[in-house]
Amino acid sequence: MTSLLNIVDLWVKFPTRFGEFTALNHVNLDVSAGEIHGLVGESGAGKSTVGAAIMGLLQSPGYVSDGEISFMGNNLTALSDDAYHKLRGQRISMIFQDPQTSLNPLLTVANQLMETIRQHADISHNDARKRAVELLEVTGLQDVENRMDEYPHQFSGGMRQRAVIALALCTNPELIIADEPTTALDVSVQKQILELIRNLCTERNIGIILITHDIGVINEITDRVTVLRSGRVIETGDTATVLGKPEDDYTRALMAAVPRLDKRLHRFKNIVSDDEFSAEDTSWRIDDASADYASEWLLEQSALQQSKTSNHKSESQLLEVPQISGTSRAPGASLSDGEPKNIEPKNSKPKNSKPRQAILSVSELAVTFYSGQPSWFGKKEGFKALSDISFDMQPGTVLGVVGESGSGKSTLAKAIVGLVDPSAGNMTFRSETLPPGSARTRSHPVRRQIQMVFQDPYSSLNNRKTVESIISEPIEFYGLATNKQEIRKLVASVLDLVEMPQRAMLKYPHQFSGGQRQRIAVARALVARPEFLICDEPTSALDVSIQAQMLNLLKDLQEAFGLSILFISHNLAVIRQMADNVVVLRNGRLIEAAETEQFFSSPADPYSQMLLRETPSLRFLQSPI
Amino acid sequence: MLKAWHRLAHENELLYLFLNNRVAQLAALIALLTVGGAALSPVLSPTDPYDIASIDIMDSLVPPVWSDGSDERFVIGTDDQGRDLLSAILYGTRLSLFVGFLSITFASVLGVSVGLMAGYFGGRFDAFVMRIADVQLSLPAILTALLIDGIARGILPREQHDSLMIVVLTFAIGLSLWVNFARTARASTFVERNKEYVQACEIMGMHPVRIMLVHILPNIMGPILVILTVDLAVAVLLEATLSFLGVGVPPNQPSLGTLIRIGTEYMFSGEWWIVIFPSAMLITMIVSINVLGDFLRDAFNPRLR
Repeated sequence: MTSLLNIVDLWVKFPTRFGEFTALNHVNLDVSAGEIHGLVGESGAGKSTVGAAIMGLLQSPGYVSDGEISFMGNNLTALSDDAYHKLRGQRISMIFQDPQTSLNPLLTVANQLMETIRQHADISHNDARKRAVELLEVTGLQDVENRMDEYPHQFSGGMRQRAVIALALCTNPELIIADEPTTALDVSVQKQILELIRNLCTERNIGIILITHDIGVINEITDRVTVLRSGRVIETGDTATVLGKPEDDYTRALMAAVPRLDKRLHRFKNIVSDDEFSAEDTSWRIDDASADYASEWLLEQSALQQSKTSNHKSESQLLEVPQISGTSRAPGASLSDGEPKNIEPKNSKPKNSKPRQAILSVSELAVTFYSGQPSWFGKKEGFKALSDISFDMQPGTVLGVVGESGSGKSTLAKAIVGLVDPSAGNMTFRSETLPPGSARTRSHPVRRQIQMVFQDPYSSLNNRKTVESIISEPIEFYGLATNKQEIRKLVASVLDLVEMPQRAMLKYPHQFSGGQRQRIAVARALVARPEFLICDEPTSALDVSIQAQMLNLLKDLQEAFGLSILFISHNLAVIRQMADNVVVLRNGRLIEAAETEQFFSSPADPYSQMLLRETPSLRFLQSPI
Repeated sequence: MLKAWHRLAHENELLYLFLNNRVAQLAALIALLTVGGAALSPVLSPTDPYDIASIDIMDSLVPPVWSDGSDERFVIGTDDQGRDLLSAILYGTRLSLFVGFLSITFASVLGVSVGLMAGYFGGRFDAFVMRIADVQLSLPAILTALLIDGIARGILPREQHDSLMIVVLTFAIGLSLWVNFARTARASTFVERNKEYVQACEIMGMHPVRIMLVHILPNIMGPILVILTVDLAVAVLLEATLSFLGVGVPPNQPSLGTLIRIGTEYMFSGEWWIVIFPSAMLITMIVSINVLGDFLRDAFNPRLR
């Protein structure tokens, strides 16, 4: 294979008012025709900058300060803007991450394709249309002739991404740069798109640079891979070699941080810690504040509560894995997956202890959303976000909730915390009825007992408040401590507990990275001394190594305080690492409920089996960790 | 100290942009001079234009010092009643700014609280309030102000007119400007309301008033600050217009608008200074405040940078 694109010693710099920031530092890359070259790294590693540098689309004021990008023998860095404009689109194309924004919503798919085709080739309207049909057929879109005249919003995410790929193919490019092409897609669609990219690459002999943060995707389709970190190439080579026998410590750590689908690990090991704090940060301490102090404070209360609610149980007892039972009862017999879902009959006894009261029990829960204002005439019609959800959760366990986007996972969480009102069904929390959100009084005890950790650490913390006031707010609000000194000490201790320097309390959320913010969010949830924690995709916005740290932290906290956690994720591998029991949701219905190990070894429902099959496996990850 | 200043200038986005924007600095300087001059008018001005006893009708229509027939005491001349124009302008600016600040405070408090509630609660309250705002927006602000002014004049007893005029004026201008604040606050609250930190507060069971004031309000202050500056200029202008039309402040306490109105009567008979100097003052002040407002808008909106 001849070398299609050759990058030698590329430096990209961004001048800022704090001095020059080096985005790419001595990067070498070599892509051949008919090869998929993966670029993998965490956020800020410079993956997208490589793509932008090749396309000549570096965001101002960034510039290539040194090095050479040669594409089929031409040096791209020496090209004029005009020449670059011709090359772009004609010979190098790009596929973007979000098909929602990379298509113009005001033009039909056909028009967008034809516009691009006619921009680059002097052909008639009809010929361009024929060409567009061909291209869409290549990408595997069904019923092309009829659907190509629709607008992007009428397409599903996967179909849109196919249209974007067709758009990239319009001009028969020799090189395609795909920047996170499947990140916005569900696993089942992801698999199809990846297969499509693979086929295009081999059939048309196109070189593809696949930029992604997902090692599973890299593993699935790339021939060769380059690992980037902070703008430097860490390792490069055949995918099998790099992933199977990583040479560099960073690559090894990165692989170790990827949650595994095939077995449950107690903890993630050898993870990179790039949360480096300055000495100033770590040496600043409040007297007597420590993680131990925080855990004592948190435990003292939970012990109190335990003795109040049921016969007193020791901490170790709380740690054993209790049973779950889940049922999905649809009205009538017309349920497609008719077999009973009871893994364990509700009143069957757990192996070695007397039956325990479920901490949370949900029965026949349904949530319906009405679009806009309910109509004044006729019956209200709405979108059923959840219907007939029933499950029990034992205290001290982690229940994983899995499902694709739109399956109702978050709605379930919102119904439990009272942000949305269920339209039917009951919830009981610690054998007391849990009133729906609008009927839940402001001083209801569950307001404190159930806490939530949100998905997006950038919007879940109020940017105008210091970390200290964010964390102390629940303490003051619930009246858990009143002495100002005491509160300050608690805040510092809890920060210690979530592995943040105590000095963080003086800063504002925007001064922290996503992972650190998420730790602060966990700290805020913890100081309320909750018994029940809802984590709604707590790691999906984080890099894998940060995700691993976060999952470790959550596991530790769960074990230490015997928390019950409802853990929502779309990522099966994460669920496998975290959950004791799993429920699968699809289109608002409960598909399957099972114990985690059982679920992953033999999923009962065809949909669950499909989900498991489509999740990118890590076949190269054989090394024992 | 110097080091701390350097660090602040480097880290604070707003300050950094300000220090690198000559136009904004110039505008700030001018605005500061006008506001300062107006605030210190009792100290700075040579005479007291409100003091009828000190005014001599024989001094009326004296031209500025560089013209023939001028008087040393009146640097930029006098008006038709013999008031020193410089003192009148300084006092007039003070009055204009006072009414402007007062009415903009009234408008912002009203508008922001209505907007916050509309954005937070949504539903019927939102629909109701925003329709009122739409209706009001279809009327020019000056009409609203005139209407309220007229009603107030009709209701209030004649002898209290002069003493209550400033209150009425503030009320009239404030009521005609609240819509901008309400709409901006509502739109920003809508965005913030759906963020997860607000949901976290709701889960805790925090009182909605506390959520709005403690959590949402600081997060929507950016756009509101912009409107505050831009609308301050509008309020001052509105006051000047009302005074120009003769329905504003009482004539014995001339504001800039009153002075301009008096000036227009003499414009074509050669006494140009009575209209030119107050107008120049008004324009300078409005332009500098507007430039500052634009600077703030750009600074708070990264996409415009």
